[in-house]
Amino acid sequence: MNEELIISGRMNPGIDPYLHVWHWPIPTYLFLGGLAAGILFFSGLYYILGKEKQLPTAVKWASFLAAPALVVGLFFLFIDLTHKLYFWQLYTTIRLTSPMSWGAWTLMFITPLAFIWSATYLRELVPKWDWKLKILWNFEALAIKYRTPIAWVIMLLAVILGIYTGILLSAFNARPLWNTSLLGPLFLTSGLSAGAATIMWMSKDHAERSLFSKIDLILIGVELFFIIHLFMGFLASTEVQIQAAQLFLGGEFTVSFWVFVIIMGLIFPALLEVLELRGFKVPVFIPAGLILFGGLMLRFIMVEAGQLTRYLY
Amino acid sequence: MRYAMAIDTKKCVGCSDCVVACQTENNVPVGYCRDWVVESVAGSYPQLEIEIRSERCNHCDNAPCVRCCPTGASHIVDGGVVLVDPVKCIGCGACIEACPYDARYSHPDGHVDKCTFCIHRVEKGQDPACVSVCPTNCMYFGDLDNPNSDVSKALATRKYKVLAPEAGTKPQVYYLV
Amino acid sequence: MKKTRRDFIKISAVGSGGLALGLSTIKIANASDGENGLFKSSHARPVLQNRYPTYCEVCFWKCAAWTYTDDNGEIVKIIGNDEDPHCEGRLCPRGTGGVGMYHDEDRLKKPLIRVEKDGKQEFREASWEEALDLVAGKLNKLKEEHGAESLALFSHGSGGKMMSHLVKAFGTTSIAAPSFAQCRGPREVGFAATFGETVLSPERTDIRDTRCLVLIGSHIGENMHNGQVQEMSDAIDKGATIITVDPRFSTAASKSQYWLPIKPATDMALLLAWIHVIIYEGLYDKDYIEKYAYGLDQLKQHVKNMTPEWAYGITTIEPDVIRKTAHEMAAASPAVIIHPGRHVTWYGDDTQRSRAIAILNALLGSWGRRGGFYNPEKVNLPDYPSPGYPKPKRTWKDAFPGQYKLVDEVLSTGICYSSIPNPDMEFNIKAWMVYGTNLLASLPEQEKTIEAIQNLDFLVVIDTMPMEITGYADVILPECTYLERYDILRASPHREPYLALRMPAVKPKYDSKPNWWIAKELGSRLGLEDYFKWENIEEYLDWQLKKVGSSLEEMKKIGIKKFPREYEDLYALNGEDFEFNTNTGKIELYSTELASEGFDPLPKYTHHREPDPGYYRLNYGRAPMHTFSRTANNPNLTDLMDENNVWVNPKVASIWGLKNDQYVYLKNQDGVVTSFPVKIRITERIRWDSVYMVHGFGHADKKLTRAYGKGASDSEMITNVKIDPVMGGTGMRENFVTFITELEKKEDRS
Ligand SMILES: Nc1nc2c(c(=O)[nH]1)N[C@H]1C(S)=C(S)[C@@H](COP(=O)(O)OP(=O)(O)OC[C@H]3O[C@@H](n4cnc5c(=O)[nH]c(N)nc54)[C@H](O)[C@@H]3O)O[C@H]1N2
Ligand SMILES: Nc1nc2c(c(=O)[nH]1)N[C@H]1C(S)=C(S)[C@@H](COP(=O)(O)OP(=O)(O)OC[C@H]3O[C@@H](n4cnc5c(=O)[nH]c(N)nc54)[C@H](O)[C@@H]3O)O[C@H]1N2
Ligand code: SF4
Ligand code: SF4
Ligand code: SF4
Ligand code: SF4
Ligand code: SF4
Ligand SMILES: [Mo]
Repeated sequence: MNEELIISGRMNPGIDPYLHVWHWPIPTYLFLGGLAAGILFFSGLYYILGKEKQLPTAVKWASFLAAPALVVGLFFLFIDLTHKLYFWQLYTTIRLTSPMSWGAWTLMFITPLAFIWSATYLRELVPKWDWKLKILWNFEALAIKYRTPIAWVIMLLAVILGIYTGILLSAFNARPLWNTSLLGPLFLTSGLSAGAATIMWMSKDHAERSLFSKIDLILIGVELFFIIHLFMGFLASTEVQIQAAQLFLGGEFTVSFWVFVIIMGLIFPALLEVLELRGFKVPVFIPAGLILFGGLMLRFIMVEAGQLTRYLY
Repeated sequence: MRYAMAIDTKKCVGCSDCVVACQTENNVPVGYCRDWVVESVAGSYPQLEIEIRSERCNHCDNAPCVRCCPTGASHIVDGGVVLVDPVKCIGCGACIEACPYDARYSHPDGHVDKCTFCIHRVEKGQDPACVSVCPTNCMYFGDLDNPNSDVSKALATRKYKVLAPEAGTKPQVYYLV
Repeated sequence: MKKTRRDFIKISAVGSGGLALGLSTIKIANASDGENGLFKSSHARPVLQNRYPTYCEVCFWKCAAWTYTDDNGEIVKIIGNDEDPHCEGRLCPRGTGGVGMYHDEDRLKKPLIRVEKDGKQEFREASWEEALDLVAGKLNKLKEEHGAESLALFSHGSGGKMMSHLVKAFGTTSIAAPSFAQCRGPREVGFAATFGETVLSPERTDIRDTRCLVLIGSHIGENMHNGQVQEMSDAIDKGATIITVDPRFSTAASKSQYWLPIKPATDMALLLAWIHVIIYEGLYDKDYIEKYAYGLDQLKQHVKNMTPEWAYGITTIEPDVIRKTAHEMAAASPAVIIHPGRHVTWYGDDTQRSRAIAILNALLGSWGRRGGFYNPEKVNLPDYPSPGYPKPKRTWKDAFPGQYKLVDEVLSTGICYSSIPNPDMEFNIKAWMVYGTNLLASLPEQEKTIEAIQNLDFLVVIDTMPMEITGYADVILPECTYLERYDILRASPHREPYLALRMPAVKPKYDSKPNWWIAKELGSRLGLEDYFKWENIEEYLDWQLKKVGSSLEEMKKIGIKKFPREYEDLYALNGEDFEFNTNTGKIELYSTELASEGFDPLPKYTHHREPDPGYYRLNYGRAPMHTFSRTANNPNLTDLMDENNVWVNPKVASIWGLKNDQYVYLKNQDGVVTSFPVKIRITERIRWDSVYMVHGFGHADKKLTRAYGKGASDSEMITNVKIDPVMGGTGMRENFVTFITELEKKEDRS
């Protein structure tokens, strides 16, 4: 029998007996960030592709959700900080090696842009809207004039943001479960899928809905592909990563992961969407809601489980 | 200059004096610690071996905690010592997640805290508190670039290892085995 | 004097005074919180402002140290004194954590007096004046009615000297410490019978320079007696061979070249087999033995058949391992130490086991030789002038006519037995003064201790903490901790004589007072002013110091002072003539003294009881971060270890279906169940026929907020005591326990 124990009574809160430094706000933040990134990516993309008219939800209306999602997400990040009054220190420096810094700065830019973006459509949504101040009117005019460059920037930042939500975790070599380069693309895909699902849910237009249904199906396929490769990678890797994968293959997170993320969050909504595309009547909130739920669960589970995995020495 | 520590697992008895000494030297609140002691027992009675290790931040040459810090609160000073500046730290926890050794903790004041190699003592020419108190004299500290330092001499004459080398952090706390 | 049944007073019975006390502590705690949280950032490192010399009182090694205070005058740190050979500037974890003794908010704060209120006994706070008057009144009455001899003092620790002085002046010599009959006693008597001298504390073992160290159970490294730990570490560095005989894989065993996992209670056979090999292979130090020893022939004859093969059947140690280790010792001789151990009251034949150890050392010529046992010296401090002590008409030995003639210290358990009324016993003790010893945790057979206490006329306890013993007191006098007081000078024997000063770093917290003040105040109330002619202890210490060529002023600056040795005989036995303090004037391999008292002159192996099926031998020992029960509430040290656990072998765990960290109760062979559940640690470090736990946990007094109910008390399980016929020591390792789960226990009790 081998025994390894700390004999000096260490019980640092949040560290012992197992790491639990990031709580629910972090996965929520990652989810909202991913969701906003997804929405904004499609907004920018279809605007540039000139689909403003055909895909109004994607280009215009969904963005009204993205900006608040970013703010709420940032707020969740904030509440998980333990030294809150020093929050501003994030913006006194740029740390190229720190995903957290990347994320903070990306959010710093994409959030106002998202607000500006939706603001340019505000009068289309609320026709009687009055900007009151002259300067605001001027600003709106300016923003509308430069929609194309803004769309490009938003699209670019959205991709960075989406990848960042995954890289934030995968940059942590120390947590074997997170230590895979697939996490960035996986979280980006999951974010895009959440964005697509939201657009699909909000859209009143049949063509737009079925377009995003198809996009979603593809994204779900890609996600499943990434997840399979993730596990194959783990199982072919070091002892610690095999142990990490084991958490999902018989271990503590097996049920929650396979039931909530894979079946309810991916396979089941995919089936519903196939049915819907085949002409069956499926209330759209079911697949869309499930996809969003699955995306949230994925992040919760990855954050929780990741903190349980560690190097052995 | 490269500060490092070597700990003789053949002499350490696991008394944890290094832990209390750190607590009183650095005002580490009761209930928290910057260093800790691990006992690792292998074999079965009566064919047994024990390795006892006093562990702390490894002041890694390739420190992921510093890389991931968004504010620069975690930084490296002369001698390769990894420090946290409490007024720059926002308590995001990234560095805690980044450390493969769980060497950092969140101080009740909110910022992150960890071993400083007692740089405030080292600058005055003293040994770190844990090293200076160890009753078995099993810890050696000093500058690796100086072949006459305690740590260089210990590493020159003994077999040693570092913890989780596969994590790629290049730890600078060595264990004499 | 009316007999009161002395119940243990639990927290619920503490009167309104206690409540007020509680409130005031809360206030204090808040105040200091605020200061840290709001005005002063708590991550600031303490600023070390002043330092005051002290010597540590967390155990009896007494390392000299400096107490540091910060800019607020608060104690923040204790660091060893570099000049002190006890510690070489390095305190052990308990010494470093000694700050917690001072800061512990559960400390005794005011004198307490037992009163009866509505039929319930409780403590009420009192002024020192009132409490001391009461104690003096009771003692005077006791003297009148039963004679001064019916008072006994139990004491352990530096302050015991002042209390002893007081009670000797009062007229009694019944002064006992559990550090004899529950600790060193057998080894001192066994070594005295062999070499005419005892081992002393600190032990005169020259571990620093040894080439072979043999530990019979001594678990140095867990037993954290500082100098030994440091010297053993030096010895490891220098490549000394370490041989550890221990049924448990102790920390020391893990550092040893040879670990002999002996079957418990069979060490005597191993020792005799080693003696056999050393003699029959001619490996002993012939010149040394010829010159200094008496009785080789008898010994040789005695061990004739005690071959390694014979011992193998008893100890389970392979014959070739026994031979090989004997050869190692012989090769290192005379720089070899068969360590006498310290807590040696194991199986009742402990004096004889200690004799075997002494004999083995003698054969290898290690006594009085470098790397073996050195000849220590200490500073001879003159006593402050005072009248001679009255000669007591009776002493504790009158309770045991004809017994314990070889013992010159007092048996704690002897005092205890003679406090229980017994028509066959001539001599009865009627009152106790207890200073710095928690008898409920340190004496075996708790029931007897409690019975004795309940039969006393009076019990006064002087302590720093509300330990169990205080719960039985009529009067509790709160002493300040060692960091807040002067004490007598430390003049321990060592390679060179040293003096160490303890002085206060801060004023006593709460309403606590130092022992010298208590002794002096009681003295003047007992009409013993002449024995306390000094104004205060500074005067007393300065007088003593000036007599040996120092002064209080000097000592305050240096803390520790080295004096030259009087004789150049650190290692004296290299062929010089020497007269040993024994009947024959020689090292007695064959003890004429034991023979004349009717004991075996040569040690014999006796078989000891083994566990019944389903029971496991209760083995116990030390954790490096705690001292007995005294540190169990220390905030810094409980941070390192806040409860003990019971070690079980994986085989045992699987039989019982035990899991790591599961709580169980233990029940011993006499059906006694632990008061509190204890955690299981499944480990290969313990044999399958034993369990192991660290002594000093399982505190029953709720006033110890950190220690209460944490872990189990080994003392509670020690109801079977094997009395050593030679010296009255209490063998405590013949107790056996079994496991019960919580559910079963409830059924047991209903
Ligand atoms: N940290 C710390 N250190 C201390 C103390 C403390 O309270 N805390 N107390 C001090 C005092 S006063 C004393 S007396 C000493 C006591 O310390 P020691 O003299 O070392 O005490 P022992 O009872 O010999 O040691 C217990 C060891 O004996 C082993 N043992 C049990 N049964 C047997 C047996 O049958 N044969 C053999 N060979 N070994 C056996 C146990 O497995 C355990 O390893 O410690 C001193 N040092
Ligand atoms: N079951 C079991 N019993 C044992 C042992 C064992 O291992 N197991 N070991 C035995 C040994 S080796 C020994 S030496 C004895 C030791 O036995 P004790 O000397 O009784 O040791 P403690 O239990 O630590 O009791 C110390 C008491 O002193 C108090 N105290 C501490 N500092 C001060 C002070 O400055 N002033 C005053 N007035 N009081 C103070 C503490 O609060 C505590 O109540 O126990 C023996 N009994
Ligand atoms: S103080 Fe020294 S011997 Fe004790 S645990 Fe720490 S390193 Fe080991
Ligand atoms: S041990 Fe951890 S905290 Fe210390 S430098 Fe290495 S990664 Fe950073
Ligand atoms: S918790 Fe503090 S030190 Fe750690 S990464 Fe965040 S800001 Fe940097
Ligand atoms: S070097 Fe200083 S800060 Fe680091 S563990 Fe040792 S005492 Fe603590
Ligand atoms: S050995 Fe430790 S507890 Fe004992 S006196 Fe020395 S420092 Fe204090
Ligand atoms: Mo003892």
